[in-house]
Amino acid sequence: MPVWNRGTRGIRGLSRAVALEGSQKKGRSLLQFLADRFYDVQALREYLLQKQVLKVHQKNRPFTYIKERFGPHAAGAYFILKQGGAVKFQGKEWIRSDAHGHFSLDFLKFQAVPVEAVDASGCAINYQGLDSLLALKELQSLWLQRCPHVDDWCLGRLHPLANSLQELSLAGCPRISERGLASLHHLRNLRRLDISDLPAVSNPGLTRILVEEMLPSCQVLGADWAQGLPSGPEEQSQDRASPIPA
Amino acid sequence: MLRRALQLGLGRGLLGRGLLGRGLGTHRGGSTLDQNGKVSEIKKKIQSVLPGGAWNPPYDTSYLPPEHSDVVIVGGGVIGLSVAYWLKRLEKPRGAIRVLVVERDHTYSQASTALSVGGIRQQFSVPENIQLSLFSVEFLRNINEYLAVVDDPPLDIQFNPSGYLLLASEKGAAVMESNVKVQRQEGAKVCLMSPEQLRNKFPWINTEGVALASYGMEYEGWFDPWCLLQGLRRKVQSMGVLFCHGEVTRFVSSSSHTETTSGEEVTLKRIHEVHVKIDRSLEYQPVECALVINAAGAWSGQIAELAGVGKGPPGTLQGTKLPVERRKRYVYLWHCPQGPGLETPFIVDASGAYFRREGLGNNYLGGCSPTEEEEPDPGNLEVDHDFFQDKVWPPLAQRVPAFETLKVRSAWAGYYDYNTFDQNGVVGPHPLVVNMYFATGFSGHGLQQAPAVGRAVAEMVLDGHFQTINLSPFHFSRFYLGEKVQEHNII
Repeated sequence: MPVWNRGTRGIRGLSRAVALEGSQKKGRSLLQFLADRFYDVQALREYLLQKQVLKVHQKNRPFTYIKERFGPHAAGAYFILKQGGAVKFQGKEWIRSDAHGHFSLDFLKFQAVPVEAVDASGCAINYQGLDSLLALKELQSLWLQRCPHVDDWCLGRLHPLANSLQELSLAGCPRISERGLASLHHLRNLRRLDISDLPAVSNPGLTRILVEEMLPSCQVLGADWAQGLPSGPEEQSQDRASPIPA
Repeated sequence: MLRRALQLGLGRGLLGRGLLGRGLGTHRGGSTLDQNGKVSEIKKKIQSVLPGGAWNPPYDTSYLPPEHSDVVIVGGGVIGLSVAYWLKRLEKPRGAIRVLVVERDHTYSQASTALSVGGIRQQFSVPENIQLSLFSVEFLRNINEYLAVVDDPPLDIQFNPSGYLLLASEKGAAVMESNVKVQRQEGAKVCLMSPEQLRNKFPWINTEGVALASYGMEYEGWFDPWCLLQGLRRKVQSMGVLFCHGEVTRFVSSSSHTETTSGEEVTLKRIHEVHVKIDRSLEYQPVECALVINAAGAWSGQIAELAGVGKGPPGTLQGTKLPVERRKRYVYLWHCPQGPGLETPFIVDASGAYFRREGLGNNYLGGCSPTEEEEPDPGNLEVDHDFFQDKVWPPLAQRVPAFETLKVRSAWAGYYDYNTFDQNGVVGPHPLVVNMYFATGFSGHGLQQAPAVGRAVAEMVLDGHFQTINLSPFHFSRFYLGEKVQEHNII
């Protein structure tokens, strides 16, 4: 019994420490101390970690009822709006969810109107959640800026949208590297690609050159290819300025 | 009576005073120091008689494996660690099974896992292989959920989702079509391309001689096998699996004779002990075990021989050896400044030569499997550079004209645990040595099937039959019965 008591005294501390990643050094070292010594505490920490993962999975569940009743475009739109993004149907205005996560369900009335653009910036969309997006066969513009769970595997999955996708933005996604960018060559209709601020890309300048070679008819924004080159005198750096305004 | 009681009372009182006195004496070190000193003297005498002091053993035995273990896994490569992981994950209740992994070389200097090119594909001809590969890719995608250790950084296996491109000449086009049909049925996303489409997509390929190509769109590519190995090792250690740095030199087993229903005499063997010899020493530890799992890769044949597999008249089940041999394969790394760009998939030519992109600096990894007559001597891992000049470079330069100017930067050699019978894995128990399970013989595609094979072996051990993927076609008895499960797409 004394073991369990020692564990429960820290339960509120446990959930706090798991939520704030590494900010409370004292709390974490106490947690580590306990987890190293008591199987119960270790199991509890593993359980809390699993819960966080399950939360993301729950957010990315497919809405099969809406898909069957209202069609894939409405289901995709509902999915994005539920995550906190914005959707634009062809010929209509942008639909966004407000600060509380509420949005109007009017779009369920547009039965066959395809979705033209999706703004999923900052949403917790992952590999599973892309199922809902891949059904939008006439999607022209997809913005995945700053999505924390979009990684190389997700990029490998975008090829069904090759016929329609013209604009893709991946700026600020922490998990995307040059290996995922290599699988974008399927998107032959792509005209604008934004790959700025990708922290996991090892060599941004070289990556941009290689992506430009890979997609000749696409305008690649983002990593200035002069990045990484040794800074020369003023005149030289002016000459080397990017030809495409970012 | 009164006198007796008085005497007793007095005696007790004296005793009490004596006890009290002794008690007070121990606190204050009074007149009863004499008795205390006697006790400590006796203690010291006993300690001097026993070697090494009160509870310390006479010498450090932490490098020896335990004396008893439920499961002993021979071989600590990706297959062995995967079996250990799934055993610990699927066991009920938690902590029920004691698993020991015996690995001869902790640096993995000759292990196939570490020297592998790291590709993963679903373009096989046998449906079980496709299923194994599909599950393994899912495992790799969710590797940070499967192999998460609290407080340790997440794993980055550096997966390149670039796909495999298999090229076929006129002869192999029909086989390729039927293979793709099977692959699509199992759920792999593969598309067939004509030479014209191939030229549109990859203009740097010379499509002369190519009749058909199959391109994996999703879930195929290559990754870092060392990262997977270390991730498995870390997780498996946190789950309580014991590791031993040693070599298996002997199996102590017992036999029993029985008769089959048709009246034939059969000798069933059961392994009781595994003798593990410690590295660089003559010392060995007999480990009593219930099960042995042979995941020794290129050396599985020797381990099987130690257990008595194949000792008998040829043509019988007893005389059927495990047909897994060591085969040496070369891998070359070259630099070609005008070579294909970022979109290069893992290309396997109809002639058997293959290459893939490595990194961003126009470097490529590639090789070719030699024919049976040209098999190099597997005694060492020396690289033959003439092999590149004669057998690898010409077909690749013909296929990709940019490769006519290239410079080889480095090369290495590794072993395939080559199954000479049908180039597919052996999974499951041996029919006669009843407690030895095989998980070997994958002939170059072991790494990409390791997570799924580990799960299958764990299911076999814990439940007695396969639950998720049915690998009964890969049973050992097919070698005796002569039923080949031939895999056509071997690289």
